[in-house]
Amino acid sequence: MTERRRNWHVWAGFLLCLAGFASFPLFARFPVTRDVPWVNFLLFSAGLALLLVGLRRAFGQPEQYRGKIAGSILGILSLLVLGAFCFIVFYQTRQLPASGGAPRIGQTAPEFVLPDTDNHPVSLSALLSSPLSQTRTPPKGVLLVFYRGYW
Amino acid sequence: MRPVAISVDAPDVSRDLRQKAGYTYTFLSDPKAEVIRRYDLLHAGGGINGQDIARPAEFLLDASGVVRWVNLTEDYRVRARPEQMIEAAKALP
Repeated sequence: MTERRRNWHVWAGFLLCLAGFASFPLFARFPVTRDVPWVNFLLFSAGLALLLVGLRRAFGQPEQYRGKIAGSILGILSLLVLGAFCFIVFYQTRQLPASGGAPRIGQTAPEFVLPDTDNHPVSLSALLSSPLSQTRTPPKGVLLVFYRGYW
Repeated sequence: MRPVAISVDAPDVSRDLRQKAGYTYTFLSDPKAEVIRRYDLLHAGGGINGQDIARPAEFLLDASGVVRWVNLTEDYRVRARPEQMIEAAKALP
């Protein structure tokens, strides 16, 4: 019996699926690839397509190709990785509080005093009334951006 | 329009971020999340190590401090884009 050929498709497909998961922190840095993680889904699709080709070879032409067992295991692992990715981007990142008591349009934003990066206290009223350095006039408005924090 | 960023990060952490990223606007620190709570934006245990942090939220106030535009995202991956906020600011009186 001749040596059966190595089934590289299943391995390449699995590696692409891993890359699809692991590369999310990279693509999450840019809103275009973060808001809808299409690059990651593209990697997953390419990986699953390769896996499918490899599995068809392993089971369709078993006398020529190896990879029945390895391909099956890698296929299941790839689906688990994709499942974990979907869980994170479609469920976990949406677990946010309702914030029903947040200031609404037409309401006055509650006053506050907080330290800036030089530890100087800054009040909302000062932010609203102190002149901008460029125009030397108070701003037309203040944009409060609450963010999760830098870890 | 004056942008102001607020998080639970300590002033020196925000200073590092501000310098590294080259931001010039004001960063304020709310380590005990007092203001974040007052604005009902606390995401309890939402930090990477289970810290209480702010959910992402953006408020545009006019010169008298009245809210003119709000963005409370349903998914913390998806935040307001700069274009959106500039567009909203254009409508300020």
